Amino acid sequence: MAEVTYLEAIRQALDEEMARDPSVVLIGEDIGVYGGAFKATEGLLARYGWERVIDTPISETAIIGAAVGMSYLGLRPVAEMQFMDFIACCFNQVTNFAAKSHFRWGAPAPIVVRGPSGGGVHGGPFHSANPEMPFVHTPGLKVVCPATAHDAKGLLKSAIRDNNPVLFFEHKFLYRRIKEELPGEEYSVPIGKAAVRREGRDLSIVSYGAMMYPALDAAAELEKEGIESDVIDLRTLLPLDRETILASVRKTNKLLVVHEDTRTGGMAGEIAAVVCDEAFGDLDGPIVRVTSPDTPVPYSPPLEAHFLPNAAGIVDAARRLAHY
Amino acid sequence: MPTTAKIGRGGELKGAATGALTREQQLELYYFLRLNRSLEEMLTRLFRQNQVVGGLYLSLGQEAISVGTAYALGPGDWIAPMIRNVGALLVRGYKPRDILTQYMARVTSPTQGRDTTSHFGDLHVRHVVSPISMLGDLIPVMTGVAMGGRYLGQRIVAMTWIGDGGTSTGAFHEGLNLAAVQKAPLVLVVENNQWAYSTPVTRQVPLVDLADRARAYGIASATVDGNDLPAVYRVTKEAVERARGGDGPFLIEAKTMRMRGHAQHDAAEYVPKEMFAYWKERDPIARFERHLDEQGLWDARTKKALDARVERELAEDLAFAESSPFPAPDSAEQGVYCEGCHEIAPVWQRPVEELLPPKSSVRAEWPALAGAIPLAAMNGSGARASSAKPAPKRNAAGRGAAAKQKPQAKPRAKSRRKAGR
Repeated sequence: MAEVTYLEAIRQALDEEMARDPSVVLIGEDIGVYGGAFKATEGLLARYGWERVIDTPISETAIIGAAVGMSYLGLRPVAEMQFMDFIACCFNQVTNFAAKSHFRWGAPAPIVVRGPSGGGVHGGPFHSANPEMPFVHTPGLKVVCPATAHDAKGLLKSAIRDNNPVLFFEHKFLYRRIKEELPGEEYSVPIGKAAVRREGRDLSIVSYGAMMYPALDAAAELEKEGIESDVIDLRTLLPLDRETILASVRKTNKLLVVHEDTRTGGMAGEIAAVVCDEAFGDLDGPIVRVTSPDTPVPYSPPLEAHFLPNAAGIVDAARRLAHY
Repeated sequence: MPTTAKIGRGGELKGAATGALTREQQLELYYFLRLNRSLEEMLTRLFRQNQVVGGLYLSLGQEAISVGTAYALGPGDWIAPMIRNVGALLVRGYKPRDILTQYMARVTSPTQGRDTTSHFGDLHVRHVVSPISMLGDLIPVMTGVAMGGRYLGQRIVAMTWIGDGGTSTGAFHEGLNLAAVQKAPLVLVVENNQWAYSTPVTRQVPLVDLADRARAYGIASATVDGNDLPAVYRVTKEAVERARGGDGPFLIEAKTMRMRGHAQHDAAEYVPKEMFAYWKERDPIARFERHLDEQGLWDARTKKALDARVERELAEDLAFAESSPFPAPDSAEQGVYCEGCHEIAPVWQRPVEELLPPKSSVRAEWPALAGAIPLAAMNGSGARASSAKPAPKRNAAGRGAAAKQKPQAKPRAKSRRKAGR
């Protein structure tokens, strides 16, 4: 089997779900004729036609609104945000219309909102953000952040089949930089289950998305010093797989959380609170965060490099925690 | 006041041919009007007795719009009401008890106490989408319903309402524009009730007729006297059938007046008293009663029987609502997610084989002259200046638009408004 990029894995998931189920339709800006700004939907218009691959005006609110409306008829629309930063433009549709629909009046809204997030490609303040946390804080949504091609494909399939609105944060830095062989047969990856990427007894490193790679690099570096790390890939932020995190912390007694999103109000804070609530007695040190600083994502390469967490920073923090 | 239903552009109203109502239908319309008003009078009393848990929003003076527009739909069509569209919910088959229990926050309400007012719906039988409080957002959602119905082969029309104030939102623009480029079967009713909370329509939109906005979206529109029930019905019937026939969205501006404050707490002291007096003389229910009188469609006994039916049903439903308990506190944590409680399956009314196996013949390119942009006409002039009296233009919405276009209406005289510009 040929190796498949993270981006191609996403395209395969869309293609296979559309072939399997005619209720799956795509809607977004430049997704049809152009195949998407990053080509995630390339070839799908030719394969499925204009009714199922819908190029829209530049109207994020209309894209999500129309997706919600189509979902009320039993369709399963997948809406693309050209960049996830632009989800700010349709925040109301996502958080007030889609998210509250089932709770308020029993109307499931099975939509997926997917698109590229994250930095490292010099996109500047409006094409690099990790805007997942407002949605993690919105009951009624699910929030998925895959880190591998395997998970991107398997989780996107699960997202499309889910009866709830799922926000699917792809990481654009990974699109063409990672590749792996995917199973030849049909598979999916369940939403809400973390993956343990590496096992160790000394501390737990929890992360997600593109930060998995510096986290794993750091773990390899730490091993040379005799520090063994559990490395957990959350994969889904909402619902959070508390059990996997807690089981790891109960084993290692030390927790380091790494994310590319900014610090204040980030996922690390929530994870720290969960661990304090449920496993405070198991902790042998402070819960440590390695995150980007509380600034917008800067454009210039040296600025962005300073902004993004990296393996060296994780090693430093982990070393201090291990020796605490 | 004369019956006024003016078609904005895109053709003449066919009038009675599409809008003919039987005597029984007209008596039913009266029943819905009266039920709408009497229900809200009951809610006003309940509000004063502290039985309404939150705010109370009335449609007093606007009932003919909700009732007349919803009545023009078929049973398979979809609506999304706004807060003053209780009448549309009644036409759609909801009962007074549904609205009473919503306002009174009882467990028997359609949302089991989770939301209030008209914020409820039904995907499967009545085809009603629940509104949210943010204005304009129903328009893209109902555009999606219209697009989805078309994809499924259902030949449905989606209808929603918006106030004059709501036309100022970004969602209004995005939704209507998407509907227009998609030629979606959407009927949008703009209830111009002169006031958005305390802000008059003149501070909301610098236009005399809000229907004029439709021109910028390349869609058909009409302005109608919203307090004239037969006129509202006729124009809506035509709009619905045009949308169903593939002509694209239709915007109806129904001129009316909000005869109370924004909500019950608001005494509306900012509204000039003469304005209330003017519109009180044009009350939609009194006018429809006169219409029934003049047409000889009823007598005092018929009216009495209909009124008695309304009173009886309201009394029964009030008793039901008052005897209904509040929801169990811990039910507040239930139902955030669909965990297999709903089966999601679209109703296909076209052969699915058309869609599977995948097509492979679609050309992934835009046709030259996509839509109907007359590029040739622009050569030389660079750009067209807008004139006070523009020539009727073809609907620019897309493929096949020109072939289906109805005979053009005479452009409406604009001279009376020139001075103001």
